[in-house]
Amino acid sequence: MIKAILIFNNHGKPRLSKFYEHYSEDTEQQIIRETFHLVSKRDENVCNFLEGGMLIGGSENKLIYRHYATLYFVFCVDSSESELGILDLIQVFVETLDKCFENVCELDLIFHVDKVHNILAEMVMGGMVLETNMNEIITQVDAQNKMEKSEVRL
Amino acid sequence: MPAPIRLRELIRTIRTARTQAEEREMIQKECAAIRSSFREEDNTYRCRNVAKLLYMHMLGYPAHFGQLECLKLIASQKFTDKRIGYLGAMLLLDERQDVHLLMTNCIKNDLNHSTQYVQGLALCTLGCMGSSEMCRDLAGEVEKLLKTSNSYLRKKAALCAVHVIRKVPELMEMFLPATKNLLSEKNHGVLHTSVVLLTEMCERSPDMLLHFRKLVPQLVRILKNLIMSGYSPEHDVSGISDPFLQVRILRLLRILGRSDDDSSEAMNDILAQVATNTETSKNVGNAILYETVLTIMDIKSESGLRVLAINILGRFLLNNDKNIRYVALTSLLKTVQTDHNAVQRHRSTIVDCLKDLDVSIKRRAMELSFALVNGNNIRGMMKELLYFLDSCDPEFKADCASGVFLAAEKYAPSKRWHIDTIMRVLTTAGSYVRDDSVPNLIQLITNSVEMHAYTVQRLYKALLDDISQQPLVQVSSWCIGEYGDLLVSGQCEEEEPIQVTEDEVLDVLEGLLVSNLSTPVTRGYSLTAIMKLSTRFSSINRIKKVVSIYGSSIDVELQQRAVEYNALFKKYDHMRPALLERMPIMEKTASNVHTMFFGGYVWYYFFTLNCAFLSLAIPPMTAYSKNGLKIEFTFERANPNPNIAVITIHATNTTEADMTEFVFQAAVPKVSHDLSVTFVLEWPSQSPDLNPIENLWRELKVRVAQQQPQNITALEEICMEEWAKIPATVCENFVKTYRKCLTSVIDNIYRNFWTIKRT
Repeated sequence: MIKAILIFNNHGKPRLSKFYEHYSEDTEQQIIRETFHLVSKRDENVCNFLEGGMLIGGSENKLIYRHYATLYFVFCVDSSESELGILDLIQVFVETLDKCFENVCELDLIFHVDKVHNILAEMVMGGMVLETNMNEIITQVDAQNKMEKSEVRL
Repeated sequence: MPAPIRLRELIRTIRTARTQAEEREMIQKECAAIRSSFREEDNTYRCRNVAKLLYMHMLGYPAHFGQLECLKLIASQKFTDKRIGYLGAMLLLDERQDVHLLMTNCIKNDLNHSTQYVQGLALCTLGCMGSSEMCRDLAGEVEKLLKTSNSYLRKKAALCAVHVIRKVPELMEMFLPATKNLLSEKNHGVLHTSVVLLTEMCERSPDMLLHFRKLVPQLVRILKNLIMSGYSPEHDVSGISDPFLQVRILRLLRILGRSDDDSSEAMNDILAQVATNTETSKNVGNAILYETVLTIMDIKSESGLRVLAINILGRFLLNNDKNIRYVALTSLLKTVQTDHNAVQRHRSTIVDCLKDLDVSIKRRAMELSFALVNGNNIRGMMKELLYFLDSCDPEFKADCASGVFLAAEKYAPSKRWHIDTIMRVLTTAGSYVRDDSVPNLIQLITNSVEMHAYTVQRLYKALLDDISQQPLVQVSSWCIGEYGDLLVSGQCEEEEPIQVTEDEVLDVLEGLLVSNLSTPVTRGYSLTAIMKLSTRFSSINRIKKVVSIYGSSIDVELQQRAVEYNALFKKYDHMRPALLERMPIMEKTASNVHTMFFGGYVWYYFFTLNCAFLSLAIPPMTAYSKNGLKIEFTFERANPNPNIAVITIHATNTTEADMTEFVFQAAVPKVSHDLSVTFVLEWPSQSPDLNPIENLWRELKVRVAQQQPQNITALEEICMEEWAKIPATVCENFVKTYRKCLTSVIDNIYRNFWTIKRT
């Protein structure tokens, strides 16, 4: 099960935070800070897996992260998920964002955080992987966006 | 009131803030605006306001006042409203707030909505944060949607069902009929989530597991199609057809095949196929291969397949990608117990990973290396591990040192090698060894009788170099105290004996006492060592002087020792040689209680109390039984605190006469665990020893004896007579003097009976 999905930039500013287990607001912010602290210390050429910090479950949970330009994409998972599989999932997520936003960059994530949530909702549900086919995800998201647009026109 | 600003506008404004305080101000202003807008019950802009609230929530500002507004949005007819409303519910609400129950009705309606996207939103929210009450109410709707032909909804319903089962396990049965034809779906999304659902059900219930075992052939078929089918643009990821689904199926197969021969048999072929055919140039291929290996190791696969799996892991170890190396080491660690020999073949690669720059890989490699050490490779492995200990980060040193000690203890090829290894650890990582290693090492050294001279010489030399590493210093001072005579007499066989005089040795030990680097514990060790040398060296006067100086030390511990040792020199000098004699060989029994005694009326009890001791029940033992004096030890755990061991000593005098000059001395080493010795003189009530009635009986005995009765009847008569004759004043006297009697008994006890010695 995926416990949390976090996106933050090189200075630790959160760009997306989605928790699939309940924590209080303070704890959530603490987790983001702690995760940033752990992940930013890492060198470029070490492996992408880290034991989780104390707050988010300690040694049973792993942090699997990827660093793209100015953003860190971090998935916090427990032992039932395959580490290599999650790495691929992050890749698929980023490629989907790329397709939806046309060469996605940090600014896109900043100004369209609700859209990113919608895309993520089509990929991961309740901490479990829902859909991994990029085209399928994009089709669904586009259809829903069209529905929204048609309502606005009314 | 002007229209509330858009989300984008807010974000732009916040980004212009240059300090945290500025940002907070902007946010507070906007929060106030949002609050008043909410109060006006404005439907048009509610959506916008909640979106802004969610953004502020992500930045870490409180947003709970928007919870009810989310509910209003969910109840709206517009899709835009519902979308933000449900998102808000997922981010802001949880089952701890009563508010969330209000959603139940809305979700129920939306699950039956005509638009599939609305149904999708409802399923998503229920699947993310539905409480057990909500799940119970809505499980029926979810089950209905699980049977729909709409694949978009079906896959969401499957994951929602997983959540329901997690919250309310009793409802699992309800979803069983719907699972019947889940696997015949063509849509990969549905297949994927169905496999997740089946996995969850199998993991939770052994009955389900048995039921679903018959699906193994179908799963094997699906997997085969995925591998054999040609390029499929829909599901292709880096040249492999839907790797995520492959991984999921492999995982389910793992669960189904575990401890079941038939299922494992059915999977053997496909697993071999996947293992040999998968492209490993990209990460996706490796993910599948990794999952295959884990499955092979977990089910009852044939040995050929297992060797294949371990060889794949071995290949992973040589891969350039650190991630692959990391997962390989993790899996090898899991399999090293069951397939030890196969993993041994890759030992050299694993040992090379110790030199990797990556911290996570180093840790895994270290754990795995320790698991691989055995009697055959101990020398080579230890060399590598000691080199690692030298150069590794401090966070590893404690674990590595403990591992080295354990391995050395199990597989040491010779005593000399063992002691050399320990010395190496103490000198390189001395400050990181655990507290309990010091008593363990002392015990090891004591038992290697033939190595005493060599050991003390090496430790002495180490002390000359460096006195900052406390465990090393403690062990060394203990050794010098015990075997100082061997050091001075230059008796070493193993290596060139060094020339050292008594004064030099005492200089070193006194140096430890005054050094700032020594901890109080170390100082205690050195003082005791100096004292012990008084029976082994000839320069007693110097030792006497040192001991008397510390009699006024500020350190209470040191002061107490010095005072007791002083007393040894003065009043108890006749006992000194016996007390400070060489420690005998300690047998390491299962309970780690070492007992030995030295004849006469003096015993030494040397306890190493550690957790092993406390976890075992120790039967009572008779320590001494001679000449009418019997001493028994019983061991039990204190009530209510089971972490305290209570040792009770029962001393019984079965002779006619009193026993005097009863001296008990206990030698108690300093250990890292709390040891508090409380001497409770257990004098049971109704004990004849201090019962004043006994005095009365004695009085009667004396009087009757004076009458000299000749037979039983006369005895009886005289007893009755004399008993009546005893005046009341005699009894009164006994009662009056009872207090004085008690206090003098206690005085005697504390004066003559108990002295505690610490080594």
